[in-house]
Amino acid sequence: MYNEKVIEHFTNPRNAGEMPDADVVGEAGNFKCGDIMKIYLKIDGDRIADIKFQTFGCGAAIASSSVLTELVKGKTLEEAQRITNKDVAEELGGLPPLKMHCSNLAADALKDAIKRYLEKKKEEEAQS
Amino acid sequence: MTKRFVYMDHAATTPLREEVLEAMLPYLQDKYGNPSSLHSAGREARAAINEAREKTALALGAEPNEIFFTSGGTESNNIAIKGAARRQKHKRHLITSSIEHHAVLDVCKELAAEGFQVTFLPVDRYGMVSVEEVKRALTPDTFLISVMTANNEVGTIEPVAEIGALAREHGILFHTDAVQAVGQIPMNVREMNIDLLSLSAHKFNGPKGVGALYVRKGVYLAPLYQGGGQERKLRPGTENVAGIVGLARALELAVEEMPEKSRRLQELRERLIDGLLKIDEVVLNGHPTSRLPGNVNVSFNYIEGEALLLGLDLEGIAASSGSACSSSSLEPSHVLLAMGVEDQLARGSLRLTLGRGSSDADVDYLLAVIGPLVERLRRMSALYPRQH
Ligand SMILES: Cc1ncc(COP(=O)(O)O)c(C=O)c1O
Ligand SMILES: [Zn+2]
Repeated sequence: MYNEKVIEHFTNPRNAGEMPDADVVGEAGNFKCGDIMKIYLKIDGDRIADIKFQTFGCGAAIASSSVLTELVKGKTLEEAQRITNKDVAEELGGLPPLKMHCSNLAADALKDAIKRYLEKKKEEEAQS
Repeated sequence: MTKRFVYMDHAATTPLREEVLEAMLPYLQDKYGNPSSLHSAGREARAAINEAREKTALALGAEPNEIFFTSGGTESNNIAIKGAARRQKHKRHLITSSIEHHAVLDVCKELAAEGFQVTFLPVDRYGMVSVEEVKRALTPDTFLISVMTANNEVGTIEPVAEIGALAREHGILFHTDAVQAVGQIPMNVREMNIDLLSLSAHKFNGPKGVGALYVRKGVYLAPLYQGGGQERKLRPGTENVAGIVGLARALELAVEEMPEKSRRLQELRERLIDGLLKIDEVVLNGHPTSRLPGNVNVSFNYIEGEALLLGLDLEGIAASSGSACSSSSLEPSHVLLAMGVEDQLARGSLRLTLGRGSSDADVDYLLAVIGPLVERLRRMSALYPRQH
């Protein structure tokens, strides 16, 4: 039911695992099917220097997480913020209709990470 | 390790046996008569159905005129439950369990929507229905109890003989969905006081799309369809002759080989369970002993069942899961939830069901493949505790 690209990302996920020294961690949960994703970012200036993910979820959720990390690595925060759920599914060459919701959490987790990072920076600036 | 194809989904369906196919082929080719026809071709088909009815009855401890052929387990359940409800003049209450297959559960929900009262009995953590609970649920208005013989997900074998005795004592009809049990464990409708029993041929190496309903003599059901006089008008329509012949042949063979096969599968099952429980944070779902010989159901903490199925499939292993993401409903298994299995563990469940063709080599291969796969999925899981 999955295409080759999805299977390939599931089998060899890019940037999977923890990042102990991340600048920020974002999270998203999919209450529909219970998938959960964490995204770790290392940020240099306004660019995403490194990214890692951890996902509890089905094959579609894992493949979406993996392809998202490829999409955003090296991008500026502003560029990364513009990535949508649709971009993720398209990059994977499509998902079965029933599985579309499983790809949503990748972009959601990224947005959450960026939001947290910007808030953190604002706070730091206010304090200094 | 060389990749193999390993089929561990016998609860979903089983391969058709060679002997069964051979028995069926004449009725798909030369012996094409309609059993209702009076000429010799028709009589030949009629004779085949009669013989199949006798064999099926014998396997269940029933009389031939108590066997009605249907299109499978789903239809048998529908005819039994709706058929009993629609014959009721006054009584409006029925009792079932919360772990039934949807082919019973949703029929009962449909009747509830039509105004019947339905009690969905809880189960214990092993998926076992309590006879005491059944007794407590009885009211003067109860006309039917429907509890499955063995559960399709976790393999728990229910106390149907006790429930049957209770129902008989109170003059209430007892139906059991024995789709997972027939051909796997001994069944006797007389000894177990069963009034209505559903079975399906494709679960015991017979063909798909054919089943039977046992209706005890003296029990009357309202037919769901109107049509010709086939199956004494309970299930009209030209008979699936080849399918019926296949069902009976498969059942005959399954009963004959049951003692040996069940011992062999039970050994494989125990070895599989022992091997799986050696992996960290794995729990067995279902009953440790009152369990179908070929059923294994475990949950892996921190990983999602559909991902596990996909990983196994890529290694050539066919299995099944109660995870939300492997179902079309997006809900984790209602059976595991009714057993009180935590949501996350229900999502990480894996069902491996063994059958006639299962071998020691299959179990070895599964055990060799699954450890590294579980490890890989846990390492990338957002729920896996921090590794130091
Ligand atoms: C317990 C149980 N009841 C009913 C059914 C439905 O049987 P069938 O596929 O023959 O309609 C199944 C099989 O999926 C089952 O496992
Ligand atoms: Zn999913």
